[in-house]
Amino acid sequence: MPLWLDLLIRVAAVMAGFLVLPLVIGQAEHKVMAHMQGRVGPMYAGAFHGWAQLIADGVKFVQKEDITPRDADRTVFRLAPIVALFPYLVVILTIPLGPGLVAQSLDIGLFLVLAVLGIGVVAVLMSAWASANKYSLLGGVRGAAQLLAYELPLVLAAASVAMAAGTLSLPGIVEAWRPWWLIWQAPAAFIFFIAGLAEIRRPPFDMPIADSELVFGYMTEYTGLRFAFFLLAEYVGIVVIAALTTVLFLGGWHGPFEEQLGWLWTLLKIFALSFVIIWFRVSYPRLREDQLQRLCWLILVPLALAQLVLTAAVKSLL
Amino acid sequence: MTVADVLLLALGAIAVGSGALVVTSTHLVRSGFYLVVSLGAIAGLYLVLGAELVAWVQVLVYVGAVVVLLLFAVMLTRAPIGPSADLDRPALPAAVIGAGVGLGLTALFVDAFRWTRFPSPDPGTAERLGEQIFGAWVLPFEVLSILLLSALVGAIVLSRPDIGARKAEDA
Repeated sequence: MPLWLDLLIRVAAVMAGFLVLPLVIGQAEHKVMAHMQGRVGPMYAGAFHGWAQLIADGVKFVQKEDITPRDADRTVFRLAPIVALFPYLVVILTIPLGPGLVAQSLDIGLFLVLAVLGIGVVAVLMSAWASANKYSLLGGVRGAAQLLAYELPLVLAAASVAMAAGTLSLPGIVEAWRPWWLIWQAPAAFIFFIAGLAEIRRPPFDMPIADSELVFGYMTEYTGLRFAFFLLAEYVGIVVIAALTTVLFLGGWHGPFEEQLGWLWTLLKIFALSFVIIWFRVSYPRLREDQLQRLCWLILVPLALAQLVLTAAVKSLL
Repeated sequence: MTVADVLLLALGAIAVGSGALVVTSTHLVRSGFYLVVSLGAIAGLYLVLGAELVAWVQVLVYVGAVVVLLLFAVMLTRAPIGPSADLDRPALPAAVIGAGVGLGLTALFVDAFRWTRFPSPDPGTAERLGEQIFGAWVLPFEVLSILLLSALVGAIVLSRPDIGARKAEDA
C-alpha cells in the first residue's frame, strides 16, 4: 500500500470516528435521560424512535444566525470553539481500538494525550474573556480553576498505571494489562474517571456552565455553528474520557476472541462507560464550587498519591 | 535544506514573532494568548529536534498551566477588551538593550561555531531522559525540588494572614 493511501485511510477513519461516535453518544443521552425521567425523548425525526434527531439539530444549527457581540474581541471569540475541539481530535488519533488497530502509535502516547487535553483550558479562557459578558467571565474563571485543579489527580492516576505497565505507549499499556489490575489499580481508575468527568465539565461538575445561575457560562454568547462546535466538543469529550479509561484501566481490547473481536470489546467498554457518564448527569445534583475544590484537593489528590505508593510497592515486590 | 531545517526556521519565526507581539501588543489579555502561541512553537522546535518528551512536558506545564495561571490572575484583576492606552512601556531603551544583547549573542555564537557540523544526538526518548535525570543529574534534580518546595511553603505563609507576620497594630 502506498504511503499516501495509508495516510488517507487513517485520516478518513479518524474523521469518521470523530463525527459518528459523538452523535451516537448524544442520541443515547437524549433517549437514556428521557427514559430515566419517565419521558420518551425525541420520537419523530427519522421516523423510528427519533434516530435522526441530532442530524436535524445539526441542520438547524447551520441555519441559525452567527452573532458576534459588538463589544467582543472578534478574533479570539471566533477562534475559541476551534481551539476547544482541536485537542480531542488529536487524542482520538492515538487511541488503540484493537491489537495493531490505532491511527498513530506513539512511544509516549499517554503523555501526548495528557498534554493536549490541558489545552482545553485555554479555549475556556478565550471564549470566556472574549465574549465581553460578566456571566461568561465568571464561568470561565470557575472553569479554569476547576480544570487546573483536576488535571493533577488525572495525571497522577495515569502515572500509576503507566508505572504498573512500565511504558507510556497506549497500546503497550493495554498489552501489559492483566485482569487482576482491576483490583490493584481500582482507586486510580476511580480517580481518573472522576477527574476526567470534571475535565470535560459534565454534571455533577458543571459549575462553569451552571445554567440556573450563569445562563450558560462561557458559552452564553455563542450561537449557530460555533455553539454547535462547543456541544460537539462536549460529546467528543465523553468519548475521549470513556476511551482513555477503557484503554488505561479496563484492559482495552482484552476479551474472548480478542484477535478478531478486539475492536468490538473496546467499543463496548467505551459505550458502557459513556452510559455511566450520562447516568451521572441524571442522578447527581451539581457540586458547589467549594465542594468541588474540596473533593479534588482533599480526597482525590491524596488518594492518587497513596495509589502511586501502592503501585510502586507491588511493582517492586513482583 | 532538509524538511527539518525548514520546520525549524518556520517554528523559530513563529516563536520570535509571537514573542515580540507579547511585549508590543496593547491588548493586555491578547499578550497572554500570544504567549501561548510562542511557547507552543517552542514545543514544536523540541519536537523537530527529536526531544518528544520535553516537547509534551512543555505543552503540559507551560501552555496548560503556567500561562493559564497568568491569564487567570489578569482576569481576576483587570481584563479590558481592546487596547489599553495606559500601559507603561519604556520603548526605546528596552529596544536598544534587547537588540544589542540579541546581536551580541548572535555574533558570539556565529564566531564560536562557524560552520562546524555536529552529529545530532540520540532522540530524547522518555527512557534516555529518565536515565539521565535519575542517574547523572539526580542531585541537582533533588536540590531543585527542595527549592520549589520552599517557594511553595513561602507562598502559603505569605497568603495566609493567620500564620504570617504579625499585623502592624499588634506590634
